[in-house]
Amino acid sequence: MATFDEMILTHRLFMRGYPFSHYKIDPMPCSPLTKPLSQAKVALITTAGLYQEGQNKFDSSIKLGDSSFREISGDIDTQSLKEGHRSSAFDHRGVRDDKNLVLPLDRFREMVADKEIGSLNHRHFSFMGAIIGPGDLINKTAPEMANLLKADKVDVAFLTPV
Amino acid sequence: MCNQIVGLIQAAIERVGITTVSITLLKEVTEKIQPPRAMFVSYHLGYPLGEPNNPELQKRVIKTALSLLSRNDLPIMTEFEG
Repeated sequence: MATFDEMILTHRLFMRGYPFSHYKIDPMPCSPLTKPLSQAKVALITTAGLYQEGQNKFDSSIKLGDSSFREISGDIDTQSLKEGHRSSAFDHRGVRDDKNLVLPLDRFREMVADKEIGSLNHRHFSFMGAIIGPGDLINKTAPEMANLLKADKVDVAFLTPV
Repeated sequence: MCNQIVGLIQAAIERVGITTVSITLLKEVTEKIQPPRAMFVSYHLGYPLGEPNNPELQKRVIKTALSLLSRNDLPIMTEFEG
């Protein structure tokens, strides 16, 4: 189980001192699902720092974090994705071995084939989660990406951290 | 930080009218951010769906998380019990 206590000292001290409560989501948005999952269009979002061949890597040199996102094609070969997350707080071997561990495209494709989910969106999105100053993310890049999902008429978003 | 960022992105998506659910690996963070629907999994950081190359486990994590989509008593955070 992951807790602050299992992190190395520098990470632990940072996490203990970081003002998470400052970013509490308030007011709480609530968009109820208005159709069965078997008819819903789903998009996957990860903060694992994944990107496709030919796209720019996330910029690890930005001190407060890179708030940009990458569009992942719906028909991508999942294992061809690259992982470029800058954090040393997690073991990168799992995701390098199987991208479905963080962006489970193959699992969702199976669920569409089994008619448990209506369809998958033609694109998914990846961020690199090591963002210490999330102002740009909150005010700009996350709403931009959300509007793309809205334009795609996505019903459900499934999100995964690393 | 990833667990915080997931919650903040999740809120942005829910605000445009899309139903969301997320996985979290750090209960301590998610309790403070309070995203709409989250499921805590007791795996190591970097392993949100449990294990690489274990489709059966990955699918169980996904399906359990998706079961939260019908919940509107928000915010909610449940725990995945393997």
